[in-house]
Amino acid sequence: MKITFPRMGKLDMVLSDLFNRSGIDYIVPPQTSAKTLQLGLRYSPEFACLPLKITIGNFIEALEQGADTLLMAGGVGPCRFGYYAEIQRCVLEDAGYKFDMIVLEPPAAGWKLFVDTLKLLAPGKSVYQIWRLVRVSFKKARMMDELEKYTLKYRCYELHQGDSTRAYKKALAIIDAAYSEAEIDAVCEEAFAVLEGVEKDMERDVLKMGIIGEFFILLEPFINFDVEEWLGNMGVSLDRSVYVTDWISPSTKNPIMGISDEEIAQAAKPYLNHFVGGEGLPSVGHSVIYGCEGFDGILHLFPFTCMPDTIAKSILPQVSRDFDIPSISFVIDEQTGRAGTLTRLEAFLDLLNSKKTHKRTGATAEFALSK
Amino acid sequence: MTVGVPQALLYYKYYPLWESFLHGLGAEIAVSNPTTKKTINLGTAAAENELCLPVKVFFGHVLDVKDCVDALFIPRVISVESGAYTCPKFLGLPDLAKTADTALPLILEPEFNARLGTRKFYQAILDFGKFFTNKKSQTIRAWMDGVTAQKAFQKKLEAGLTPVEAIAGVEPQPARGGLKIGVVGHPYNVYDSYTSLNLIKKLRGWGADVTTTEMILPKTLEHEADRLPKRLFWSYEKEVVGGALHWIHKKNVDGIIYVLSFACGPDSLIQVLLESEAKKHGGTPLMSLVVDEHSGEAGLITRVEAFIDMLKWRSM
Repeated sequence: MKITFPRMGKLDMVLSDLFNRSGIDYIVPPQTSAKTLQLGLRYSPEFACLPLKITIGNFIEALEQGADTLLMAGGVGPCRFGYYAEIQRCVLEDAGYKFDMIVLEPPAAGWKLFVDTLKLLAPGKSVYQIWRLVRVSFKKARMMDELEKYTLKYRCYELHQGDSTRAYKKALAIIDAAYSEAEIDAVCEEAFAVLEGVEKDMERDVLKMGIIGEFFILLEPFINFDVEEWLGNMGVSLDRSVYVTDWISPSTKNPIMGISDEEIAQAAKPYLNHFVGGEGLPSVGHSVIYGCEGFDGILHLFPFTCMPDTIAKSILPQVSRDFDIPSISFVIDEQTGRAGTLTRLEAFLDLLNSKKTHKRTGATAEFALSK
Repeated sequence: MTVGVPQALLYYKYYPLWESFLHGLGAEIAVSNPTTKKTINLGTAAAENELCLPVKVFFGHVLDVKDCVDALFIPRVISVESGAYTCPKFLGLPDLAKTADTALPLILEPEFNARLGTRKFYQAILDFGKFFTNKKSQTIRAWMDGVTAQKAFQKKLEAGLTPVEAIAGVEPQPARGGLKIGVVGHPYNVYDSYTSLNLIKKLRGWGADVTTTEMILPKTLEHEADRLPKRLFWSYEKEVVGGALHWIHKKNVDGIIYVLSFACGPDSLIQVLLESEAKKHGGTPLMSLVVDEHSGEAGLITRVEAFIDMLKWRSM
């Protein structure tokens, strides 16, 4: 068995670590690229959301490199993601590929099924042993997410452009090399010291922006045009609403991002009174929270025809108005271009900057316009 | 009190239930006018661009009826059976309605969630009834009347009437023995005569016998949908799949027309499964007809005519 999985942000580091630990043979699919997208588009249903098309591309690339077993997460709806595995299986089989597929259904679909799948993944190991393995990998993933969170927040203060990104990669490598729980604890401080060692100008005037939306688009830099690094370089301090660990964690506390699902639902309540699958409710809830906390703006990213975030997009203008916080939504599909996206985002940043200036000088927008 | 019911989305599934229920609670009912060009224009202007056609049509109907009623009836239908949901858009429908850029009357948004079990389901109905009456018995009676009306409606569908005909009280037409076409898709796409560009009427006009998912027993639909390796967690898609698979496996129609709207989330995935299944098993011809607010009648007629011609050649 040579197992493979779709790419999404740092998920490959987390899973590689887990497979190394449990002694499973695996292939990491090549970094998602234009070629991945092309391969995925060839077989995917036209109106499906972009993540499905990309992950099909990931699978094809891995199958062509010799993988024979596909690992995919399942789900119980109502977002389409829960049915991805079935569609992937259907289109890849129709395309003539031979493979096995392991679908890791969430415990919500039944504990027995969940445990059976785990045992399939780690033959000969008890549930307790698997849990120990997962715990260590999870701990590592959390450290990595903390590093990312720090980088997103402080990149805009760096004195020399590119320092933060380099330091972040170095810090990731330090954590990645650690194997046992004790080792991870030991290198943690070292990794953070690398990030903190980046020369910064904390007096710098920066914008504070929240990023919300569908998790795959947010977590996979190839699809979001690495917008976070770009924004950091443009002098924007970022706060993202979801991290890999928050997404794979069964807990609803969201340890990295720091706000529990319950608080998010509470914040969203006046605008959206029920979860609608995917990140629909969190997107609304987070924008309310960003509004309350006085952020300068909100960036909303999601794939074209994404059901939950389309609902969020409909509601966002109300939140924007009530909290006086500008927001911009980008609907991303295979036709979306980097230049067009960044140009629009640049214009949005101009707007945020002028709004901030006027707030400080006390001049109203009308006054500014009449000049 | 006059309650407005938009003639869109789940109207085509549950109107008889809602009508008896609301009447039993003492409300007058005003249903919005059938979809026209104007409805679609109103809806498209008021709704978020990325929303699917049926939701845009729904917005149009809300705007059409809002001025002549005291309240709008927009239930939040979360789940109609245990372990499944409806489409996410239904889960957020009352909230979506409030994003229309205009003042709306009071929105009555009862929550129907079968996932929580029978007791909570009935509790939600009683809570909703409090808005009209303090008598629990009246609410329960009104609901039971609704359930009876819905059952009678279901019988009429199984006898071969479309929901629109059943609501209007039309007599069933005898089969003519021509081509038999199965039309599958969401009721709000298939039976909205404007959205579907009058597909059913046109097919009948060409001498075809039309049968739809609604005319198949729910039990059969459920059973057929179980052929999929993983149970679908969307109830209404399960009906679509069940209907199509029933015809594909029984081979009792000459061809299937699958009506789906552009940007429909669940249908975008289901389409793959149905087309693959139709190819695998005996090859009942299946045509996917994607509709959106720009659909033109001429284009639709040409395509359907070509499909019918192909079916005629096959049967020769």
